[in-house]
Amino acid sequence: MNGFPWLTVLTLVPLIGGVLVVGMGGQKQLARKLTLGLSLLSLGIALLIWKNFDAASGDLQFSERLDWVKSLGIQYHLGIDGLGLLMLLLTAIVTPLSLMAFWHNHDRSHIFGALVLWLQAGLFGTFTALNFFHWFIFWELGLIPAFFLVKFWGGPNRGPAATQFFVYTMVGSIGLLLAFLALRLATGSFDFIELAAMAKRGEISVKLGDALGWKSLSYSTLALLVFGLAFLGFAVKVPVIPFHTWLPVAYSEAPSPVTMLLTGVMSKMGVYGFLRILLPIFPEQVRLVLTPLLWLAVLTIVLSACAAFAQRDLKRMLAYSSINHLGYCLLAMFAAAGAATMVNQPELQKAAALNGVLLQMFNHGLTASVLFLFVTLLEKRSGGLRGLDDFGGIRKVVPVFTGLMGISLFSSLGLPGLNGFVGEFLVFKGAFPLAPWTTAVATIGLLVTAVFLLTLIQRVFCGPLNEKWAKLPDLTASELWLVIPSTVLMFVVGIYPQLVLGVIDATVVKLVQQLNF
Amino acid sequence: MHLQTLPWIILFLPLLAAVVITLFTQRDRKTSATLSISAIVIGFVLTVIFIKANSFNPEVKEVSLNWLDIGPLQAEFGLRLDALSLMMLLVVTGVGSAIHIYSWGYMHEDRCFSRFFASLSLFTFSMLGIVMANNFLQMFISWELVGVSSYLLIGFWYEKASAADAAKKAFITNRLGDFGFMLGILIVWAALGSLNFGKLEAGLADNPAALGSLATLGGLLVFCGAMGKSAQFPLHVWLPDAMEGPTPVSALIHAATMVAAGVYMLSRTFFIYTPEALQVIAWIGGCTALLAALVAVQQNDIKRILAYSTLSQLGYMVMAVGLAAPEAGMFHLTTHAFFKALLFLGAGSVIHAMHHEQDIWRMGGLCKKMPVTYWTFMVGTMALAGVWPLSGFFSKDAILAAAWHHSMPLFIIGVGVAALTTFYMFRLVFVAFLGGERSHEVGHAHESPWVMTWPLRILAVFSIVGGVIGVEALFGGMLHPGGEHPHGLAAQLVYPFKHAPVAALSGLAAFGIGLFAAWTLYARAKEDPLPARIGTLSRWMRDRFYFDELYEATVIKVHDATAAVVDWFDRWLIGFAAVRGSAGATSLFGNVLRFIQSGSLQAYAFLLVLGVAVILFFVLGR
Repeated sequence: MNGFPWLTVLTLVPLIGGVLVVGMGGQKQLARKLTLGLSLLSLGIALLIWKNFDAASGDLQFSERLDWVKSLGIQYHLGIDGLGLLMLLLTAIVTPLSLMAFWHNHDRSHIFGALVLWLQAGLFGTFTALNFFHWFIFWELGLIPAFFLVKFWGGPNRGPAATQFFVYTMVGSIGLLLAFLALRLATGSFDFIELAAMAKRGEISVKLGDALGWKSLSYSTLALLVFGLAFLGFAVKVPVIPFHTWLPVAYSEAPSPVTMLLTGVMSKMGVYGFLRILLPIFPEQVRLVLTPLLWLAVLTIVLSACAAFAQRDLKRMLAYSSINHLGYCLLAMFAAAGAATMVNQPELQKAAALNGVLLQMFNHGLTASVLFLFVTLLEKRSGGLRGLDDFGGIRKVVPVFTGLMGISLFSSLGLPGLNGFVGEFLVFKGAFPLAPWTTAVATIGLLVTAVFLLTLIQRVFCGPLNEKWAKLPDLTASELWLVIPSTVLMFVVGIYPQLVLGVIDATVVKLVQQLNF
Repeated sequence: MHLQTLPWIILFLPLLAAVVITLFTQRDRKTSATLSISAIVIGFVLTVIFIKANSFNPEVKEVSLNWLDIGPLQAEFGLRLDALSLMMLLVVTGVGSAIHIYSWGYMHEDRCFSRFFASLSLFTFSMLGIVMANNFLQMFISWELVGVSSYLLIGFWYEKASAADAAKKAFITNRLGDFGFMLGILIVWAALGSLNFGKLEAGLADNPAALGSLATLGGLLVFCGAMGKSAQFPLHVWLPDAMEGPTPVSALIHAATMVAAGVYMLSRTFFIYTPEALQVIAWIGGCTALLAALVAVQQNDIKRILAYSTLSQLGYMVMAVGLAAPEAGMFHLTTHAFFKALLFLGAGSVIHAMHHEQDIWRMGGLCKKMPVTYWTFMVGTMALAGVWPLSGFFSKDAILAAAWHHSMPLFIIGVGVAALTTFYMFRLVFVAFLGGERSHEVGHAHESPWVMTWPLRILAVFSIVGGVIGVEALFGGMLHPGGEHPHGLAAQLVYPFKHAPVAALSGLAAFGIGLFAAWTLYARAKEDPLPARIGTLSRWMRDRFYFDELYEATVIKVHDATAAVVDWFDRWLIGFAAVRGSAGATSLFGNVLRFIQSGSLQAYAFLLVLGVAVILFFVLGR
């Protein structure tokens, strides 16, 4: 199994598939089916990789390594561990959902399909690359189709929204690029694994200082500066407040199927970057600024929840809620990066926190995209209306819709038995002993989340029926087929979280060792 | 059948019923109700069988499976069966069965009959989960599930805005307590390295200082959970509003089971509380008991009177735990489950007969129209008021005796609350059941059908004898080993007068005073005489001491304002950075942005990628 370049194939399928789909411009129906078929093929390959993945080992698997530009030390280096695998699976699950959500829209559907496939290729590439050079290409490759998807199919303000989204992320990317050029100059390597090994030996800041020694900057300040540049790149992507202002606009203006991809998978690129790149390569720097980072995470959690409560547009509300949920990942990640000298069994707490982070990434990807899927279905019925006060009492006419969307909403607010709970609980379990004050304040976020999600249920579904919607149709059979598998998955992960935890645990153990020095 | 599998069946039958009803029998009302009712009745029968076979003290106390297993971090899913949980199991399935059966009659005409029973079964499952949990995490999970099923049931008539509001309020208030609970669990878990109640207790017994400086804080945080669920001051505001749900729900959830979960949890985890924490718990319980009793005196809605009465009695139970007498708290919980469920179902029967009229001043003279309801209601009232030898007398006396031994001020509060209890309950009885008809609806009222009256009769029997069937000895033996506990009927009947005569006699005196005051004021009253006599105080009591208004003005306003500020700030930032206003944006992004405004974005994207490549090669090729 390990001889065959599975990861390359996985990335190439949507990449080439996108070209094919564009080429079939004339036969839109066929193009559409081909697109979906290709995304299902990717899902199949991803499941195959999962099946052959050795969960007991935290090492990188399915590795591929080729010299690309030998003189520059650029290697084509791929590999996945539990974290990578989880992200591949998530991407493979959300993409077909998004395509199906767009199924009844005939506006340049073949271009739409191709862009989604390219986006998927970018994501697969990002989650498997281990060398900065092509990792960065894929990182950017994901951005470009996303930009056009927002720009061409978005709402009334799609133009500015797309531009802002693009520029913001680009500024972050430039920071990342500069940081890695500095690292390359100092260490001669672009390889994440090699860099992390150097960081563990404490060589990075010395080398940076030697190579780039600039005026009177001390070595540690310089290293902190480089860290800051890289941090910016990921902070915009997650996003961390106050780098988040592009997000509500982009999420609400993007067509909902695209929002599913943006929130479901693209937001995970940032968290993934933190885990794979930032924490392992800059552990000393993270510790230096740990307290501000932790409070930044708390700020992200609490402010985004409060902002979500103030929204009157369902998509904007869910957009802020998305920031909030990823805030828990930030909190646990930073807490686990600390030295934790005063804590009982620090390794156990860190492992719990990081397991929580990974699980939360998967859960949020699933739940948030399904929620936006429901918004798509609602918009389809209401002719584009999606305000909190536009509905009222529709539970009476669309009970099945209400029940299923209610399940997703309760999953989002962390109800036990559904997927959201275990991740959040592990996050708090791990983070609380490691950073008690920040974690205690962060519970405010959980409470406010409950407040605005219940407000959503109450305003939209409960109360007297708004007569305007007396004839609202309930979910059709094909829509049920779209929604039920993901709902079942929510229950499965909620009741048997070991399904996901079993895959990631060995990886987490390794990550904890990496962070201990 | 192997006896160790019985508890699992008892636990999962209601869940199975809920799932089957939701997925398959939504349209078939009869099947749905039958499924739900049989799930809980079978659960009750199996519990009895289990206790017959194993007594209240089985040899194997725990059965468990591994649920989470990530390296050294493990969490189990297990059941703990000892006297405490088995007795509670009997109460939940027993009283629950009566209420399920009653619901068939009460909800018969409702459009969403099946959905009602599905939610009821989901609730039963969650509640049994709390009762049988052998570790903190599982208890917390069931705890949250109880929260959500109560949300579904309170908001059952979701078309009514008030019901939807009440459901949301209940869920959120409970969640507020739950986060304290969660942090408390995490403190205990981090310090002691286990979640299992047995292991925690053993660990703390070996090393009482294991929790270190966090012991009191941890205990109080866990208590926060109980404050939410058992509606203790200051998180009590949700319970009276929860009466928006159908009356059987009020009986099941907001009288007999869910609100008792807090007290049960306190008893289960009694070993973690330090004396300081217990002091706080006792006073919160005492204050709740007093405040709620005062409010109950001036309510006119029959269900609200009972709701505040429930609050007040829960205050008693929490106070008992705080006074280091959890067995007294559990004893009162058990007897209270009988007579309060009886009172609520009686009230439901009245409301059913009166076509959803709930104001007691529009009833009157119902004793002749509804004799079974009247007599059973009377039994419930006397049990609640603590008439010897009804059940309430013994359990209330156990609490008063504990207060007498530990804290004089709390003893005085306890006796005062007992007098108030008698007063407001007989006010209710005199106004609603005796005297003349106060509205023409009374003329049309008639006795409820047998599915509703038989549960009343059964609960009435238990309300009478519940104090002397050995409940106290059972809890006492487990929670306070070594203490003296009466055995035998005669010994139990006179035990309170021997053990703590002052407490027992004060309780009876309080009953006498309350009854006398209620008789003088309300026996022949046309309207409430109290507002004229005590003026402002009466208004404060009627308006629930303005807690809702206080929260509205503080917590909710602050929350709304924060949200508005954050939102405004965000929009302002966006407006500043947005491409619409080019001046502000340019200052942020400078030259980068000029590209966008001048050329096409495709070109820009291309240029940027190209630029990246050029820089890369330039730098690397150096």
